[in-house]
Amino acid sequence: MKILQVRVSTHWKRILFFLLGIFFFGYSLIIYLYCSGNQEYEMSNAAKQGKLLWQNYNCNACHQLYGLGGYMGPDLTNIISNPNKGRNYAAIFIKNGTERMPNLNLDSLQISNILEYLDYVDKSGKYPDRNANQNWYGEINPSNR
Amino acid sequence: MKNYMVSKVILRWSLLFLIFALLMGLYGAYIYIFGSVHSILSFRQCRPLHVSAAVFWILSAALGSVMYFCSSLVSSKMPFGFLWRLFQWLWVGTIIAIFLCFLFAKFGGREYWEFPPILSVPLLIAWLLASVNFFAIIKRINKPYPVYVWMWASGFIFFGIAFLESNLWLIPWFRSNIIRDITIQWKANGSIVGSWNMLIYGTSIYLMEKISGNKKMAYQNRSFLFYFLGLTNLMFNWGHHTYILPAALWVQHISYAISMTEWIVLISIFRSFRIKLQEANKYLFNIPYRFLLASEIWLLLNLILAIFMSIPYFNSFSHGTHITVAHAMGTTIGINSMILMGSIFYIIEENASEVLKRHRKWIIFLWYIVNISLLVFWLALILAGLIKGLAGPEQISTQFSQINAKIVPYLTWFYIAGFGVALALGSLALMAFKILRLNFKVPPNKI
Repeated sequence: MKILQVRVSTHWKRILFFLLGIFFFGYSLIIYLYCSGNQEYEMSNAAKQGKLLWQNYNCNACHQLYGLGGYMGPDLTNIISNPNKGRNYAAIFIKNGTERMPNLNLDSLQISNILEYLDYVDKSGKYPDRNANQNWYGEINPSNR
Repeated sequence: MKNYMVSKVILRWSLLFLIFALLMGLYGAYIYIFGSVHSILSFRQCRPLHVSAAVFWILSAALGSVMYFCSSLVSSKMPFGFLWRLFQWLWVGTIIAIFLCFLFAKFGGREYWEFPPILSVPLLIAWLLASVNFFAIIKRINKPYPVYVWMWASGFIFFGIAFLESNLWLIPWFRSNIIRDITIQWKANGSIVGSWNMLIYGTSIYLMEKISGNKKMAYQNRSFLFYFLGLTNLMFNWGHHTYILPAALWVQHISYAISMTEWIVLISIFRSFRIKLQEANKYLFNIPYRFLLASEIWLLLNLILAIFMSIPYFNSFSHGTHITVAHAMGTTIGINSMILMGSIFYIIEENASEVLKRHRKWIIFLWYIVNISLLVFWLALILAGLIKGLAGPEQISTQFSQINAKIVPYLTWFYIAGFGVALALGSLALMAFKILRLNFKVPPNKI
């Protein structure tokens, strides 16, 4: 009886494992297709090049986008639309560097591509969004939705 | 191939990766707090060196431990010894290539996997080779399998899947939308961490079974309940990192619901508190147990922090601050590294208990230093994160450097405590590395 119990138990464990596996793959597929909601932000070719430059120079080691990245430098999600900073401000920093930021010797096209990418990121949303609506159980709805 | 020999090479390499991670961590933190861009290695180089070395310490030590304990469960030799040797060469060779890329400022990947993406191919092949060996060994274990075998198997399977997923950005469609791109990045990284946790927590249960002699523990329904809860979290509990993204709201709802299952683990820890206390009194003399005990205390602390971070309102303050770093450091050092050090000392104890007895006092002293330093380190990061998080709205009008200046005192404490962590954990790693160098054929008094 005990052996039977163990066998049945193992059988159910396997079923549960495969069911979870199916949910996982199904959910992954749904995430890939629909996680961005109805918002599709078209990325220009220059922005696409800018994204690859962002990775090739490992800008993420010091800067964050939507809070993801290192903390050596500021989060750049909304640097372009920031009234006190903006595109030219960002361009000067990228071109010359600072005491804490290396001059990566980028040419003007590369700088322009990175700025295009940052512009694209800026238009995708706001971070940190302290004007977001919060409900009683803690859910946050972005203010620009 | 003898059991001990199976894992000796990879475990020794893992300890070298740990020492390297600690050195790069100290160097990187120094540049971050006090230094400038004119350092020998810039922050954009030493940060990935530190992170990658830490990740490969965890993965290599977990693989070495799991293969050692798996081989111990079956008395026969490893079925595909040549594949295991091939795995070791490919794995270690690729990791060294990754470090060289960072030293020469060659990047191309993304957060946590910043190396040129072509190097993902040999890493994945190496993982597959290790997986083939693992599944060939567990086929020989008597059924039904204990819970730790399920956990190890899940770790092997899902690491491979999640690692592939983390490279989906190479397909242009995936990276052409930033919301999709970052969501998948967090999803994959969350599952990767969940997968190595499966390997490590499985090892922890195996060690507790061996130390306590309680063989029922690994077959109880309760153990399997927590295994399936862990598996669910591995698959779906990554979403709290994406609350701040303007993604579809249902992603946030599902993530929130899954995150809240962590309360079950927290309540269970509180319920079993008295049993754990009795257990601690009984086994505290045992060196590997001490490390497991430390990991349980760190699990409790980090779980409380994780639950707070999973509530969207609190998350909006903690995300992108040093609180996230505190959680990452608390889990990788406090939980993962403690279990893995316990595992390595258990392997040493099995093969050279006399050597371990001689170093006992020194190990216990270092154990206290690591944990006390880590507590100060962890609290300093949380305080720095709180100040940064609360200053969030100022960021639009305030210079970044002004906010940074406010947290420097806390980061100085973080650095001093980090020095203690690095010194003590590095000494433990060096000691284990030296002992593992020997093949134990020499008399213990020569060691």
